[in-house]
Amino acid sequence: MIDFELAPLTKELIKMDHEFSERVVRKYDRYYDEYENEHKDVKKEMLDKIKEHSAAIQAKMFSGEKPSDGVGLLMAVMSESRAWGSAYIGREATRMGLGNAAINAVATPEQKKRFENLFAAMAITEPDCGSDSSAISTTARLDKETNEWVINGEKIFVTSGHHCDAVVVWATLDRSQGKSAIKSFVVEKFRPGMQVCKREKKLGIRVSDTVSIVFEDCRVPYENILGSPEIHVKKGGFKGVMATFDMTRPIVGAMAIGVAQATLEFTKEKLEEEGFTFPYNRGLHELNTVQKAIIDMEANIEASRLLVWKAASMLDKGEKNSLEASCAKAKASRIATLITQQCVELLGPLGYSREWLVEKWMRDSKITDLFEGTGQIQMLIIARNILGFSREQLK
Amino acid sequence: MAEFIMDDDQKQIRETIQRFAQNEFREIARECDEENDLPSDLLDKVWKLDFCSNIIPEKYRGHGMSRSVLNSLIMAEEFAWGDVSLTIGSLSPLLMMIPLLEFGTEEQKEELLSRFCSDKFFPATVAMMEPRITFSPFTLHTTVDISNDTMIINGTKCMVPLADRAEHVLVYATTAKGSGTASVEAIIVDKDTPGMIVGEREKNMGFRPLPLYPVVFKDCEVPQSKRLGGDRGIDYTRIINLSRANFCSMAVGVARASYAYALNYAKERHAFGEPIASRQAVAFMLAEAAMEIEAMRLLAWRAAWRLDRQEDATRDSTLAKMYCADQIMKITDYGVQILGGHGYIRDHPVEMWFRNGRGFATMEGQAIG
Repeated sequence: MIDFELAPLTKELIKMDHEFSERVVRKYDRYYDEYENEHKDVKKEMLDKIKEHSAAIQAKMFSGEKPSDGVGLLMAVMSESRAWGSAYIGREATRMGLGNAAINAVATPEQKKRFENLFAAMAITEPDCGSDSSAISTTARLDKETNEWVINGEKIFVTSGHHCDAVVVWATLDRSQGKSAIKSFVVEKFRPGMQVCKREKKLGIRVSDTVSIVFEDCRVPYENILGSPEIHVKKGGFKGVMATFDMTRPIVGAMAIGVAQATLEFTKEKLEEEGFTFPYNRGLHELNTVQKAIIDMEANIEASRLLVWKAASMLDKGEKNSLEASCAKAKASRIATLITQQCVELLGPLGYSREWLVEKWMRDSKITDLFEGTGQIQMLIIARNILGFSREQLK
Repeated sequence: MAEFIMDDDQKQIRETIQRFAQNEFREIARECDEENDLPSDLLDKVWKLDFCSNIIPEKYRGHGMSRSVLNSLIMAEEFAWGDVSLTIGSLSPLLMMIPLLEFGTEEQKEELLSRFCSDKFFPATVAMMEPRITFSPFTLHTTVDISNDTMIINGTKCMVPLADRAEHVLVYATTAKGSGTASVEAIIVDKDTPGMIVGEREKNMGFRPLPLYPVVFKDCEVPQSKRLGGDRGIDYTRIINLSRANFCSMAVGVARASYAYALNYAKERHAFGEPIASRQAVAFMLAEAAMEIEAMRLLAWRAAWRLDRQEDATRDSTLAKMYCADQIMKITDYGVQILGGHGYIRDHPVEMWFRNGRGFATMEGQAIG
């Protein structure tokens, strides 16, 4: 059926997140932005509060209360509510990395159980390969004597790679067999041979660490591979890896919307203090440019949110959602980028100031149009999908 | 629980109407556009789908099936995919029937609803829009003076569908100009009532098969019994919202038609040794259209879902209306652009969808289901 009403449990979780964000997260957001990589040991009292909140959320989420929305939709909705508080503080705190979404999308029940409590990051990009993930050069070799995978290579731009407990690593079983040989592996932090080296300095989401990781003969058990270990040249083993994006892309879209929603709410509030009103029952000629701009932003946020919800809930229903996942991410990330930029402008010199969080939200939201596939890559995926074109037919 | 999958009934509505629209609308759409023609046998064919009588309760001689705004949107999208002008023309009796069903007094329903259950197309329409640049459905200039036993209507309306033949025109007018939607009444004006003057058929850029007329009310006097809903009146905002949700769904249908046509063309048309769809500049327009069509549909559906729950849908339908009007223009523009010079030639339908696409920002009130 067609129903736009979230389950009471989901609404309760959103409320908990929002209250906590207002009470705690937002107060620290600026601090973490200014101190970037040095913050790790500084705000212990906040980390404690976040852990407490996170535990409460987890307990509620898995309380078995009925009716409940599907896990995919729930994760997307929570991604938005967390990002509303802070693009990344909440994510670090609730221990839901993109690796977790990948695990949720493709792991076996046994694996889901084993990795359930890990905060998992995602390692795809390499120094010489970005959007073209089929060019991955990190290798995974099976040591038949010990029945372990041996991983070698270098990954960059691993979001939360420092704070996480495990990394989902993309590696090739055989470079000569192209993308169908690319598989993903869960590598826990305690495995020898895995070394976090460089922490990047970034435009935004500074609370989140972004690192490079080097793997030197890093060994993981055979059972840590996600999906099938076979190389299906014809059927495309790569699709198994790509399936993780079906889950992560709506989540990134939701994150973009959370930041955009926060920015819009703040901007409206400040403009209302200046005497602006935002009615929905006026004709075009009765709206000034500021009012029209705000209404357009609201419409775009609603449109993006519904695309995200639909893409996520399709996954819950076991439907193929690659097209919808890319649509959701492309749209949401783009409009979040534009909305936050426009809000900085609408708030004049105060919007540009680091006194308020708006300028930070503008920097933070930009990442959503870059990671998990840039907006342009999403458009390529959408276009190939609707045209039925291969990579060779549409480059 | 939020979910977005059509149930079996909805899938069946979609399939049935799609087939109908393909056979009955799409085939003749271009010819009707060229000839400014809304064929009367077509009206009877659509009428036989029982879109009115199905949702009229049995005691008024209808079939008493449950009514769903969301389902009517699913229907409107498929019809409009076939042709939007033929859709609005064929469904025009709903413009009066739905407000009557929702807000009419028992006497009014007794008297009028059964006429919408007859075997032949029953022409009835609505007069909401007014001919001025700054028109908004929220601020009407047409007035109605309600005295003890009569009402006097004054003002000028435009874009009234099928006004030339309508048995009844439902006129929206305000009792106190400038005081918002609460003062708006719906008055049933019968055909040939003195003081109601139907003008020459309008000539517009698009929606050409749809007969639209200006209607002038000059001290047009009708009895109190013609006030829809009696002393309770109507929920005018809900009527605007219903119309907007339906229009949005029709915009989705038109956008889909243009997009699908352009997509096929882009795969078949070769330039520089490959299909033009192999170029990102073309492919990305199509990708954007696909993405926005889905977004438009979800926004429209949410407004309908809200209306079905009898909740205030003003925000949802206003946002949907603005969004869909922008997107339908963009998508139908892309349709012409992708066909290049060929898109400008009337052998292809994309220029027709482009002209019709512009109308969605302007038109208010002519789509209720």
